[in-house]
Amino acid sequence: MIGEKEGAGVDYLAEERAGAQFDLHSMKLFLAGGQHAYDVSKRMADLVANDPVFAKEDRVRVPRKEHYKNSLRKAGHAWKTILEQGLTEEESMKLRGFIDEPTYTELHWGMFIPALKGQATEEQQHKWLPKAYKMAIIGCYAQTELGHGSNVQGLETTATFDASTDEFVLHSPTLTSTKWWPGGLGKASTHALVYARLITDSQDYGVHAFIVQIRSLEDHTPLPNVTVGDIGVKFGNGGYNSMDNGLLRFDHVRIPRENMLMKLATVTKEGKYIRSNKPRQLGYGAMVFVRQGIVTDASIYLSRAVTIAVRYSAIRRQFGAKDDKPEVQVIDYRTQQYRLFPLLATVYAYRIVGFWMKWLYADVTERLNNNDFSTLPEVHSCTAGLKSMTTAITADGIEECRKLCGGHGYLCASGLPELYAVYVPACTYEGDNNILLLQVARFLLKTLAQAGSGTKPVGTAAYLGNIQHLTSVNCKVSRGEDWLNPSVMLEAFEARAARMAVGCGMRVAKAPDSESAFNELSPELVEAAQAHCQLIVVSKFIEQVQKDIPGEGVKQQLEVLCNLYALSLLTAHSGDFLATGYLTSRQVSLAKDQQKALFSAVRPNAVALVDAFDHTDNYLGSDLGRYDGDVYTHLYKNAWKDPLNESVVTEGYHDYLRPVLKQQLWGPASKL
Amino acid sequence: MEGIVERGVKEVDYLAEERAGAQFHVHSMKIFLAGGQHEYEVSTRIANLVANDPVFAKEDRARMSRKELYKNSLKKAGHAWKIILEKGLTEEESMRMRAFIDEPNYTDLHWGMFITALKGQATEEQQHKWLRQAYKLAIIGCYAQTELGHGSNVQGLETTATFDPSTDEFVLNSPTLTSTKWWPGGLGKASTHALVYARLITDSQDYGVHAFIAQIRSLDDHIPLPNVTVGDIGVKFGNGGYNSMDNGLLRFDHVRIPRENMLMKLARVTEQGKYERSNKPRQLGYGAMVFIRQGIVAEASVYLSRAVTIAVRYSAVRRQFGGKDDKAEVQVIDYRTQQHRLFPLLATAYAYRIVGFWMKWLYADVTERLNNNDFSNLPEVHACTAGLKSITTSVTADGIEQCRKLCGGHGYLCASGLPELYAAYVPACTYEGDNTILLLQVARFLLKTLTQVASGTKPVGTAAYLGNVQHLTSVNCEVSQGKDWLNPSVLLEAFEARSARMAVGCAMHVAEAPDSELAFEELSPELVEAARAHCQLIVVSKFIEQAQKDIPGEGVKQQLEVLCNLYALSLLTTHSSDFLATGYLTGTQVFHAKDQQKALFSCVRPNAVALVDAFDHTDHYLGSALGRYDGDVYTHLYKDAWKDPLNESVVTEGYHEYLRPVLTQQLWGPTSKL
Repeated sequence: MIGEKEGAGVDYLAEERAGAQFDLHSMKLFLAGGQHAYDVSKRMADLVANDPVFAKEDRVRVPRKEHYKNSLRKAGHAWKTILEQGLTEEESMKLRGFIDEPTYTELHWGMFIPALKGQATEEQQHKWLPKAYKMAIIGCYAQTELGHGSNVQGLETTATFDASTDEFVLHSPTLTSTKWWPGGLGKASTHALVYARLITDSQDYGVHAFIVQIRSLEDHTPLPNVTVGDIGVKFGNGGYNSMDNGLLRFDHVRIPRENMLMKLATVTKEGKYIRSNKPRQLGYGAMVFVRQGIVTDASIYLSRAVTIAVRYSAIRRQFGAKDDKPEVQVIDYRTQQYRLFPLLATVYAYRIVGFWMKWLYADVTERLNNNDFSTLPEVHSCTAGLKSMTTAITADGIEECRKLCGGHGYLCASGLPELYAVYVPACTYEGDNNILLLQVARFLLKTLAQAGSGTKPVGTAAYLGNIQHLTSVNCKVSRGEDWLNPSVMLEAFEARAARMAVGCGMRVAKAPDSESAFNELSPELVEAAQAHCQLIVVSKFIEQVQKDIPGEGVKQQLEVLCNLYALSLLTAHSGDFLATGYLTSRQVSLAKDQQKALFSAVRPNAVALVDAFDHTDNYLGSDLGRYDGDVYTHLYKNAWKDPLNESVVTEGYHDYLRPVLKQQLWGPASKL
Repeated sequence: MEGIVERGVKEVDYLAEERAGAQFHVHSMKIFLAGGQHEYEVSTRIANLVANDPVFAKEDRARMSRKELYKNSLKKAGHAWKIILEKGLTEEESMRMRAFIDEPNYTDLHWGMFITALKGQATEEQQHKWLRQAYKLAIIGCYAQTELGHGSNVQGLETTATFDPSTDEFVLNSPTLTSTKWWPGGLGKASTHALVYARLITDSQDYGVHAFIAQIRSLDDHIPLPNVTVGDIGVKFGNGGYNSMDNGLLRFDHVRIPRENMLMKLARVTEQGKYERSNKPRQLGYGAMVFIRQGIVAEASVYLSRAVTIAVRYSAVRRQFGGKDDKAEVQVIDYRTQQHRLFPLLATAYAYRIVGFWMKWLYADVTERLNNNDFSNLPEVHACTAGLKSITTSVTADGIEQCRKLCGGHGYLCASGLPELYAAYVPACTYEGDNTILLLQVARFLLKTLTQVASGTKPVGTAAYLGNVQHLTSVNCEVSQGKDWLNPSVLLEAFEARSARMAVGCAMHVAEAPDSELAFEELSPELVEAARAHCQLIVVSKFIEQAQKDIPGEGVKQQLEVLCNLYALSLLTTHSSDFLATGYLTGTQVFHAKDQQKALFSCVRPNAVALVDAFDHTDHYLGSALGRYDGDVYTHLYKDAWKDPLNESVVTEGYHEYLRPVLTQQLWGPTSKL
């Protein structure tokens, strides 16, 4: 019947692809980060796509229990694959990424093990890491509590030292002290890294980390006086519901003193608290690494949504049919381009800033090894801001792509609802986005104060050394094409960020109580921080396109996308540029015209530019985003797989529908 | 072990202190928001009826499989119908009840679309035949318009209804895959009849899209009729959400229906196959459209108010940072960043409520005019209601999600009620007119109005200000200090000037262009913005009008004034680039607006909890552990967690097959299923 016409090798997007003006393969290599990274990605993506255990299309249709059980299966199967094929760490990470389903192993490898490496003594590492590496124990990271998230110092769980037995007593004194959210905790983990207030000699030394076994290694039942379970269903079908985010309570649970992670501080047998002399800044390296990964992830998630929306917009037609010609492709409408193409440019921007953060991580690591902590405040602020901005934009961008797919985007078959649901927690975990931006703002004010007293700002804050110029100069754009000049663009973003920061800095400086002025001004400070972060991305994108990039037309495409990215930010935030007096409204309107000219430059390359992300159909998991563009056939086929279609006459007909239709609501057959 | 939460005292109210600080009479505000004493009483009665009936419990919804969810929604729909009949509820009461049940099901479409369409498009004879059966639910109808390949462009539909004079029948057919009817609610599994929109073909001529009643399932055993393919289109966004609805697909393979099943009020086909247009003015259909859009705007306010209620209450309970010297941490609602994102949404919920009241008046006005064959203000009414539908649903959808984010991590739990609220609401941006397309219609109207103004026609209603375009494009804002922004005429002028200038700017571009259609397309992003500015002006102006009236109840009027100013200033600061770019405002005036906005946050703060209490939502309707009236958030989050299916067994299902082999390094062992 209908829907079966699907022929092998159909490509409804062939014409789009033929129109591309650059060498696709070179762009793929560029986006992957080089030949080696490209090869690994491709191999792992195909491995996952071709293994039926990793199939995911039924995910949104199965009840939570089945979904969870299946994710345990996938995790185990992945581990088996990793061991059988002897995969490297890089390959294993990629494999887990392509499986595309949150499970306990992410926390085990991504949080538990790195925390051990960073905070355990060598002796402790020697004891725990070998077991963790072979997964003889499964660990999670138990920090947040029911009543406490971002403010780690406010945690309530206690670890009280009992010198008489040389043990810590872990306890959850209140309801709000219940550990809440840790992934892998709910049902899978055997051990937890528990953050608790260290109390010894009746004194509270603040929050420290402890390794606590929570389940039996024999039969997996929770240990005595440990209450542990799952915290319940989360946003969306599938999504994060494959993860057992958990709750955990201790009722005076005893652990050996040695289970306290003692790299940075120790408690002696006698109960004496001793801070080590290891510089605490060493922990920053791990933080930069984690944030670098988050920014790279942001680019990947956004690229998946954009791939789906671009391909579907090229397939979907609407209005404008004339003289037997088909309707117009949705991607040809300016309103569609106006919302979609800036997101496409944003993906490229975040990919490039991700590359730069890898370099930054290497640089920081080297400095830390040499005990050079000079750039840390700047690096901390920059990575905090980039984490905040890229995750917030990506989450909203995925949802925007879903809306750009019209009604069909609302079907789980589009892949977009699940993508949004699984991504959006990134705005909250590893630092709430708003709080991070306020940290950036604090850094900016401090930097300005220091610049005032002669200290030269470094790295991404270097432009603040140029404040005199940036607060007095005016933009020189007089024609639309002037906006394509990189130095013009850069100056505009620098001037805007500098002026917003200076504006805030002056108001806070004038206030009698600078802390309450900071809170009063916090909405503006958040905006100033955003402006600073956008400048970072724009400047890294500009730096990149000024380099040589191999492949026909590749550099030209990147230039177009770079300009589009910057101009889209500029027009969307034109109020900032206008209010600070740097731009005139005429210059904004030239920017808008130029932006449209760039839409036209992107249009013939749009499908190829998303092809360059090189996502497999398996990874996209979307009928709308299929490589072959055979959208309708697959939407139709997919519909029939819904559980409601298992029976022709619906379950519940006899109990609840027939009595209505037959006016027998009070009759014997009615269950109403 | 679960004992930790059993300590709860019964009548706790963690928000009592917040409530005690309110500076207005909450009950009077409730009556104002309900739209009067009568509406308030009906709402309260029906809300409680639903909340107290265990059949309508909904807390398990996010945990159910789709099949269970759907079956349970059939039960709820049937049970509701039984109550309506037993208690002899009025139409108003029945509508309220269906809303408070808060779960989309087939009866929404039956009453809201199928019957409404019959009334508007069927002849009296046809109404006589079908409505009686529909009113007693002896038939269940759905509204089958959109197709797999065709949504907004109704004229592009592919389904055909070809007249065969030899049998006096129409032959319904789905010629292509993309012609499959797709999305109609209630179609998938429940409906017996569908109102099918298809191209009418008679005498080999295509007369465009018309409506036909087609029976699709047997009234005896509910089996699809021969040559009818019908089913559900699959899982939609979110847990629960719209998945209780059987949005369906439908295909016809040359299905025959009697000629009389074509709805013939506006056009008919004779026995001989002759197509005849009736002389009834087609504009009569606009009344129903205004009614539906009025309902959508009212609903936007209700949905946004639910999300805001949850976020405000939770923000007052939640504490974070700043715990000093044994003092508790600071309530999250006290942070300016939280207020900056949350309070404008609170003001917006009030604004949309008020514009909804006004649209009720507009509907009555239009109905009267149509009865008198006065079609003069229809273009304005059409544009205004299209625009209001578009902005209120977009802002509400984004606002719900914003409220969810404002609840931090816990907002991501279904127990917060917010994920489901968003998922259930967001289709409102697409149905009954895609929001972007609607704004482009508004833009077209604005350009046309400006052209007419130039040739001397006076614009009416919400477009009247465009008659003043000379003044509005030359005047400058007179604000010189923050307080000036509290003057209603200053605010009104600012929004009028901005909107007029944006519209004029676009119009000049289009007028200068050689091909105006092409120019319109090229300029469409700016046109959308101009249309949005126009719609925001409408809401601001209606809010100002309302706040200037006498409103009973101590402090009520003062609160509305604050919210009105906050609503307007929040829009102004968010869209300051428009005001700046058109030269109406200076950067300093924008700074004044921002400072004044913060002063308004401080006015709202002590009243925030009472202002959401005034929406008067039951805990059942909110369905949120975070938004509970008593603020006992953590106890209920904790209790709720234990109800998850994963917590049914202490050792997880899958342990022996998939976890133990990992932990014991027996991946290749006999017990491993890996």
